[in-house]
Amino acid sequence: MSLLSIKDYSLAIGDFKILHNIDVTVEPGQIVAITGESGSGKSMTALSVMGLLPDGAFAQGQIMLDGVDIGQTSESNLCKMRGNVMGMVFQEPMTALNPVKTIGDQVAETILIHQDTTKAEARKRAADILLRVGLKVAPSRYPHELSGGQRQRVVIAMAIAVRPKLLIADEPTTALDVTTQARILELLKDLVQDFGMGLLIITHDLAVVADIADEIVVMQKGKVVEAAATQDLLRDMQHPYTKALFEASSHKVALPERAHTTKLLEAKNIVRSYAMPRKALLGPRPTFKALNDVSFHIEHGERVGLVGESGCGKSTLTRAILGLERVQSGDIQLDGLPVFSGKKPNLDVRRRMQVVFQDPYSSFNPRHRVDRIITEPFHLLKSPPTGDERNAAIAKALKDVGLSEADKTKYIHEFSGGQRQRIAIARALIVEPELIIFDEAVSALDVSVRAQILDLIADLCRKRPLAYLFISHDLFVVRTVTDRVMVMQAGQIVEQGETEAVFSNPQHPYTRTLIAAAPKLPEITDAPLTV
Amino acid sequence: MHPKPAGLGTRLPKILSNAPKGHLYAVYTRNSPMIRYTCGRLSSLIISLIVASLVIFLVIEVIPGDPASFMLGINARADTLAALRTEMGLDQPMYIRYFHWVAGMLQWEFGTSWTYKTPVSELINDRIWVSLPLAIYALILSTLIAFPSGIYAASRRGRAGDVTVIGATQLGVALPNFWFAMILVLIFAIKLRWFSAGGFAGWDNPLLAIKSLTLPAIALALPQAAILARVMRSSLLDMLGEDFIRTARAKGLTRRQALWRHAVRNALIPVLTIIGLQFSFLLAGGIIIEQVFFLPGLGRLIFQSISARDLIVVESVVMLLVFTVIVVNFAVDLAYAAVDPRLRSRT
Repeated sequence: MSLLSIKDYSLAIGDFKILHNIDVTVEPGQIVAITGESGSGKSMTALSVMGLLPDGAFAQGQIMLDGVDIGQTSESNLCKMRGNVMGMVFQEPMTALNPVKTIGDQVAETILIHQDTTKAEARKRAADILLRVGLKVAPSRYPHELSGGQRQRVVIAMAIAVRPKLLIADEPTTALDVTTQARILELLKDLVQDFGMGLLIITHDLAVVADIADEIVVMQKGKVVEAAATQDLLRDMQHPYTKALFEASSHKVALPERAHTTKLLEAKNIVRSYAMPRKALLGPRPTFKALNDVSFHIEHGERVGLVGESGCGKSTLTRAILGLERVQSGDIQLDGLPVFSGKKPNLDVRRRMQVVFQDPYSSFNPRHRVDRIITEPFHLLKSPPTGDERNAAIAKALKDVGLSEADKTKYIHEFSGGQRQRIAIARALIVEPELIIFDEAVSALDVSVRAQILDLIADLCRKRPLAYLFISHDLFVVRTVTDRVMVMQAGQIVEQGETEAVFSNPQHPYTRTLIAAAPKLPEITDAPLTV
Repeated sequence: MHPKPAGLGTRLPKILSNAPKGHLYAVYTRNSPMIRYTCGRLSSLIISLIVASLVIFLVIEVIPGDPASFMLGINARADTLAALRTEMGLDQPMYIRYFHWVAGMLQWEFGTSWTYKTPVSELINDRIWVSLPLAIYALILSTLIAFPSGIYAASRRGRAGDVTVIGATQLGVALPNFWFAMILVLIFAIKLRWFSAGGFAGWDNPLLAIKSLTLPAIALALPQAAILARVMRSSLLDMLGEDFIRTARAKGLTRRQALWRHAVRNALIPVLTIIGLQFSFLLAGGIIIEQVFFLPGLGRLIFQSISARDLIVVESVVMLLVFTVIVVNFAVDLAYAAVDPRLRSRT
């Protein structure tokens, strides 16, 4: 008998069907990965196994876990099983822990719920488990004192505290840096071997899937489209969606050739430091150098990448370049003009420089129509176009990003994530800037949408001499859309050079660590299909 | 550029860090963040008090009308007026009078009331033992009503219990407290004759004193409880939607356990803020209730003093109220830090 067997299981919330007749099995000691794009029903499958469905959910079919039918058993029995028979690790380690309780107490709680033991004994065991998951901080610490990776270890410790038979991990590394991700995946694999538990891992990242799973389940719109042992599936993909998914994940774009030109943006020795809270009442405020003597330049029409882990100073650099923030020392110039003049950003420069942000959902005003949103940068112009001229500019910008002119009267909620990112690009393009900053602009998108946006960017480069700074934590994407790359660590650029040269022959140890930690997709021999 | 001479901010810690072990500053820097947090809050409390006293003093100073001529009437002789001004210290420079005022207050000496001709401290002593217990009593009642009903409503979101609590709080917020006061008097004093309709029995018999404060306290507490219950409910609902509640459920906690063990303490922060604000209101804003129940409280004293232009009383009572409010805020700040460890690391 399998440890977990989901048979012909369907789920609806209200009238909205989420899962259609899915089948998944997990054996003890086996790692099964469910993968697919957002909205495919991955997370709902996990919550179904935990018996933690939202109100109003209606399920059909069977989920047998360790001989118990999850759909039929009582809520009080489910409470006894959760944490005990099945444990769960969530995506967002920053919010998954109770901020007002110590990490030791939170781990001990799992033990106290399920086992008859004293508080002191539970605390002692919790401390052991925290050591087992590789956490080297005292159990008396609070979550806010820990980094994301450390918090995820605490969440894992809570989930495995009483050695459940099945561990469910829902996007356990998506919110983490690549080097941390590699260590957490290592830990999960190790625990599965050590405890002989089954692991159901849910992730959109195919490179992670290929790296860790024994068996892969591919889901699309609530259906299982393909399920097979990892090696078999990678060797011989049956379903077109699976092939499309893998193709999109390793999507490469063809950038047009670029002639060497003159400098467009030049940053010299920028320092930006923040004052930290005082350690003592009248003591000096310690400073944190977010940017420590950063110098670089971008030429006209040059595509430059910036990679680094969270907290390395990428966002601070973006704000400094855009003139949104003053820097303590150093100088940033666009074509010889300072980006920050007097006490405010230099508007003449700002017109020539635009930005596309990460989150396509929160970076627009939901009460404005598309035409108003994309014409926002017009206020930077001395004589903004009006009437027919304005309409023509809107139509051109929308057409350039693959939308139609008719879209200009719609509101932002009528668009999908990928379309919103196109609107963000249209907003940046409308004043015909010389430099665009893409700040994690494709990070929140599904792989197939990401591939389309990358194609769009390459396409725009072909049509006009566009220079951009592409900031991302995703090394693979940076590798395909940039000519040159800079690697940032702790507020400093530790390495920069031609993209291919840096990736194939990294010089700095940090660059090597980053590249080694990034999960790699296996080479797919089959002729790639188009999306 | 010349090197800047090190400011006091940089030099003082160095000087102080050489302080012997066990010295106050050594304790301050080396011990827990909670002590550091408390010291930080304490220093802001002192600064607030100084600023508040200055503002109150200056406002009273610029109000037109000389208290001495007001007391003597318009037909007073110039030399009598001058004598009285000297007696009252009004001929001294402003900063001297400020320091006299502050120094006096530190010894619970507020000067003499111009209309009552008795020391202000006596006037306050009589009344603060009505107003302060009344405010505390009302606050306890409102918390006792609000916490259970807020938690109950949140745990049954959208169901009959929740709807009932929301409806009741809607009424509680809408109806003024003096209306409750009249209804309470009608029912419990006139019909049932359990309580007296007004007056204060004095603290010679504490039971009687508490009894005479009960109806006013309930009337004050009900609208406050309604607000507090709503805040508690919505704050709890916010917390119940947090990721860590899902984590707690995945550990095997029931809904109810997850609510009590993980949501309630996190939901307290906004609730504590409201409690702090309400206390200030209850202390000084009880004037209507004091009128309805014929209670000799601070609210009535301040009202009468303003009418009679007895500025020394106004000044003293206002300062006393400000002091209480600032101290309550300090207590609320400490309560925040006790509830939420994240705040302790900030100074």
